Amino acid sequence: MKVAHDIATPGPLAEALDVSKIRADFPILKQKVHGKPLVYLDNGATSQKPQIVIDALNRYYSTENSNIHRGVHFLSERATAGYEAARQKIKSFVNARSEQEIIFVRGTTEAINLVAQSYGRTFLKKGDEIIVSAMEHHSNIVPWQMLCEQIGARLRVIPINHDGELVLDEYRRLLGEKTKLVSVTHVSNALGTIVPVKDIVRLAHERNVPVLLDGAQAVPHLKVDVQELACDFYAFSGHKLFGPTGVGILYGRSELLDAMPPYQGGGDMISLVTFEKTHYNVLPYKFEAGTPHIAGGIGLAAAIDYLAGLDWERVAAHEHDLLAYATSALSSIEGLRIIGTAREKVGVISFVFDHVHAHDVGTILDQEGVAVRAGHHCAMPVMQRFGVPATTRASFALYNTREEIDVLVRGIHRALKVFK
Amino acid sequence: MSELDELYQEVILDHNRSPRNYRAMANANRKAQGYNPLCGDHVTVYLDLEEGVIKDISFQGSGCAISKASASLMTAELKGKTEAEAKELFENVHKMLTGESNKNGPQGGRGVGKLTILSGVCKFPARVKCASLAWHTVNSALKGGEAVASTE
Repeated sequence: MKVAHDIATPGPLAEALDVSKIRADFPILKQKVHGKPLVYLDNGATSQKPQIVIDALNRYYSTENSNIHRGVHFLSERATAGYEAARQKIKSFVNARSEQEIIFVRGTTEAINLVAQSYGRTFLKKGDEIIVSAMEHHSNIVPWQMLCEQIGARLRVIPINHDGELVLDEYRRLLGEKTKLVSVTHVSNALGTIVPVKDIVRLAHERNVPVLLDGAQAVPHLKVDVQELACDFYAFSGHKLFGPTGVGILYGRSELLDAMPPYQGGGDMISLVTFEKTHYNVLPYKFEAGTPHIAGGIGLAAAIDYLAGLDWERVAAHEHDLLAYATSALSSIEGLRIIGTAREKVGVISFVFDHVHAHDVGTILDQEGVAVRAGHHCAMPVMQRFGVPATTRASFALYNTREEIDVLVRGIHRALKVFK
Repeated sequence: MSELDELYQEVILDHNRSPRNYRAMANANRKAQGYNPLCGDHVTVYLDLEEGVIKDISFQGSGCAISKASASLMTAELKGKTEAEAKELFENVHKMLTGESNKNGPQGGRGVGKLTILSGVCKFPARVKCASLAWHTVNSALKGGEAVASTE
């Protein structure tokens, strides 16, 4: 998925991946919107679900539904086994050392809040510094701001350059005695930039500073190996990875998770409760209070199974082709400016016009059946950095095609005609 | 006329290209900011309110064609109106934008005058807030203070 800086000339069509076969696995893609075939280019917001995931949810509720970790009956045992098998699959998917390091949460946002409130409030104090980058999603800014307000810590921000790349020299300068935590995105949701997270982790670890990586936009596009990245925490959501909404994962190194207090109190996270004292459960259950999204976890495992059945290299080549093709096609539209031109990108293209607002482009594209995101992408500091109020964002997934990008381009021309 | 043509009528495109009363007002005695947290659109409305009458009104801000045109049309419509008239118009426009006033009758809003041009917005639920932002803002300016209006 690495893209050369000069992506003006797309290579030959990646025929290797059978995209029509993949498309057939996603029932929603067959529908029409406003009488036109749906062209779904809002994968950065959420991805569509293959039939295997929908079937897994259906099967769970039709034949297995029960509460986990507490029943002695047949269904409960089945549900528990299914949920724990899902955890095992997710552990392998990100190559964690142990399934104890895989915490089920609601999504990336909750994962980051968990670390901020549990790790942050325990191990950080007044005057300490937390480093984020200028291209974070609000969910990797606000939890830290809340923590800073609670304990009197300070948030520092790594700037980005005009291409939307992180300025590593500035990061080196920011890292200091007071730095106690670094939390950066692996892939920018608004710009598509792939952040050199290995360098981020290495530099932080030289100072024994732990690093959280927000992987929400990375996992659908890149192979993620938490041991290779050497990060301390890795957060991602199921729904951007072709799985259900409402389920996500926090990976954490067990030494850190062990030292952290629970995030929420309730059922499942305890081993013994008396009114005098409560003993907390072992990992990962210590962080999983209350009945979880059991079907969601099982559905996420089904999504991972689906991806495992694909040739990842071919998928990467196809996505690279889509990015190169779209970059070339959109660049040739007069007045269109791409925001986010990093050397290494995933299939995300944010763009603006001087005289046509992103919302108007979005509405007109919708009439053509094309779903894009228009707005600030929950990354208002990124918009401020580039001096734009909003962008239109097309974000691709493995089931998108060159033909769909042609429809996007025609739709943009239609918008320009309205605003000529 | 297609729904899209109804939304982006020439009058709206014209107000977007050259918005009326688009300026800060030094002698404003009422001022409010409006903000749509979902998309980042923002608008500042300035009022010169004398004895319950809007002597002058202007706005500045950033947003899509619908929000800009709606604000521009609004300023043109409200100039010279009394506070009570402005509030009534706000109610009627809101009903038109949300499609409420269409339920009992054919096309367009009732009691909104030239602003019927914005009636196409009700077919685009995601854009209603764009069109109503300036109206929420003027409403909070009329209430007084330096309030920040929000579409949420």
